[in-house]
Amino acid sequence: MNRRAFLLSGAALVAVSVEARATPAEVARLIAALTEGARVVEGGMKLDLPLLVENGNVVAMSITVDDPPPGQHVESLHVFAEANPLPEVLHVRFGPAAARPRIATRIRLATSQSVIALAKLSDGSFRRDSVDLLVTLAACLD
Amino acid sequence: MARTLINVKKTLTRGEAFEIRLLIAHPMESGQRRDSNGQVIARDIINRFSCTYNDMLVLEATLFPAISANPYLSFWAVATETGSIVMTWTDDHGTVQTERVEVTVSA
Repeated sequence: MNRRAFLLSGAALVAVSVEARATPAEVARLIAALTEGARVVEGGMKLDLPLLVENGNVVAMSITVDDPPPGQHVESLHVFAEANPLPEVLHVRFGPAAARPRIATRIRLATSQSVIALAKLSDGSFRRDSVDLLVTLAACLD
Repeated sequence: MARTLINVKKTLTRGEAFEIRLLIAHPMESGQRRDSNGQVIARDIINRFSCTYNDMLVLEATLFPAISANPYLSFWAVATETGSIVMTWTDDHGTVQTERVEVTVSA
């Protein structure tokens, strides 16, 4: 392999690794499609993630929504990661047998980024919380 | 059939909120990784999950490759009547697995 071919293959590798990433703009589009212009209030819920992630393959995440006003309930939860290869993480819809608008799971994070969670209330409005975190060992690509 | 661990309190009092926790042994292959030959490893994840309590929906979820291998889920239901909690999930191969837990509710 001559030098030119070697450099080209290196450039191709960089292109491949950069190609598969969501962007904040893409997440903003997904959120706009989800909310459809409904009111989005910052807060009223807690997205719990570590600020410093040592292993992006297993990140403990929990979401707790504060009790909605009487007569209302939380319909669904939606989680997005701005710099994962795929921006969507999880969509949850609660049914009538659910007790608390609260879930916990473990997720993968490809790199340091913002994770955004939205909760939809039964009146159609949304609550939002986000966490900016640092990832030292990335997931997904190796 | 994936091995699963399900943790639910079996004896409940009516009106009590109780936690349902489960861990499913599944690789959740993201479809982003490559093998040693540079070939993309095909995606294989659990993509749908639902849980009902006496045929009433507790929650249903759409999972994406960003959920870790051996997915863990925890959520809350409210005790009403003695009966069964049924959890069902589907993976990319179309395999459907159902697990059932019986709970006893006293007044």
